[in-house]
Amino acid sequence: MSATQQELLIAVVKVLVIFNALLILFSFMTYVERRMLAFMQFRLGPNRTGPLGLLQPIADGIKLFFKEELMPEGANKWLFMAAPAVAVMTAFLSMAVVPWGGPVTVKGREVTLQIADLDVGILYIFAISSLGVYGIVLAGWSANNKYTLMGGLRSSAQMFSYELALGLSWVGVIMLASSFRIGDIVAAQAGGFWRWNFVTQFVGFLVYVVAATAEVNRTPFDLPEAETELVGGFHTEYSSMRFALLQMAEYVNMITVSAIGANIFFGGWLAPIPALQAPFGFDLGLLWFLLKMAAALFFFVWLRGTLTRVRYDQLMHFGWKVLVPVATLNILLTAAAVTFLR
Amino acid sequence: MSLDAILFYVFAAVAVLSAVVVVAQRNPTYSAFALIVTMASLAGIFGLLGSPLIAVLQVIVYAGAIMVLFVFVLMLLNVQEERRIEGGSPAFRWTAVGLGGLLAVQVTVVLLRATRDGPAWAAGFDASARKVAQVLFSAQYVYVFEATSILIVAALVGALTLARRTGK
Repeated sequence: MSATQQELLIAVVKVLVIFNALLILFSFMTYVERRMLAFMQFRLGPNRTGPLGLLQPIADGIKLFFKEELMPEGANKWLFMAAPAVAVMTAFLSMAVVPWGGPVTVKGREVTLQIADLDVGILYIFAISSLGVYGIVLAGWSANNKYTLMGGLRSSAQMFSYELALGLSWVGVIMLASSFRIGDIVAAQAGGFWRWNFVTQFVGFLVYVVAATAEVNRTPFDLPEAETELVGGFHTEYSSMRFALLQMAEYVNMITVSAIGANIFFGGWLAPIPALQAPFGFDLGLLWFLLKMAAALFFFVWLRGTLTRVRYDQLMHFGWKVLVPVATLNILLTAAAVTFLR
Repeated sequence: MSLDAILFYVFAAVAVLSAVVVVAQRNPTYSAFALIVTMASLAGIFGLLGSPLIAVLQVIVYAGAIMVLFVFVLMLLNVQEERRIEGGSPAFRWTAVGLGGLLAVQVTVVLLRATRDGPAWAAGFDASARKVAQVLFSAQYVYVFEATSILIVAALVGALTLARRTGK
């Protein structure tokens, strides 16, 4: 095999592994979320399908496959069908630049545990997430239903506003690492958990947590699908597998922001204490990364079990008048620190 | 054909076709979404040319930020299909034909030059984020760059002032 063919083969294998890992993680996440929410509310949750209810995601998948596909009257047929595809595509695309571990050497060849190691990795994620809003907007607009339209409008306003804060929360981290490459940002945090960015960029971290929650439409910012006032928001008219695709996009987005958060604020594949990086002779990078990502995912479920939905005007007020100024101030202070203290 | 060439033709075809849809389509919402597709395919071409930074900025600024506002307004006003205006003054039509002809001539000249002289990029220039920043903040461009940012801030303040004016 020539070198190019080998490169291509490695790339294809990476894509397949990460794509399927995300699919499994998504379906398992729906189960984990329902069970954990149930425990938080003194219920049991789904526990009948298989041991501990573990086969519930599979049963749900089969059920959704056999449901009827509904097409609302007066809907814009092509856009209605395209919307879930757009949502899923943008959700999966951003995972392409997220590293799952440090570089490993296989048979004398260095392999990075990410699909594409772009030198503008973090900007790429920002670009793709700014496209993600179109899936929801299309879904809301094309269904010819006032509730879905309201949901779509809310989501475009919300995601647009919080995207700004999300991007600004990364700038401090980028300045500290002086690189857009996510691998470099992780490497810049080496040397123990007190050097991770959630310590040195604490304000940026807080802004990121709030903005990311709003960006993926999770409680307390799940206004695009507020069921008490909008029935189901932008996905009211969807059924069967198209509904499943919209759900999948949502969960994959949640997994993505967790993975990015773990990478840029919690040192990615680095161990909290350098001695724990390879205690048994081999690198535990992937394990550390997965642990951090799981903690972030748990945090999202915990939020959903704890907080109530905010009001729409409060959401916009908070985004523009609190989050953006705080993030900007953080950039100013970080820039001063980088210039004068280094 | 190499992989790059195939990808280039795919992106180019998508960009041109969706650009045609932008103009030919009567429904403004379709036009807006077609324009997003055009921007995204252009970003793909920039990426193929070895400049991921420009590609990513293209998506963030045009396909993301600007088009989201377009789509938002179109949805908010619930714009319906455009109707063709009957008649119209012949002067207007002939001006359009003249300007269109001028554009066609310009494009032809550029294409002819490009086929004669070969590609126009500077040899050895890599368009990485670091390199672009170094050029942008060099003594040659930094004042222009800063002047642009002041202009944008001024426009922002102007928009705010207009939006805050009540009544009257």
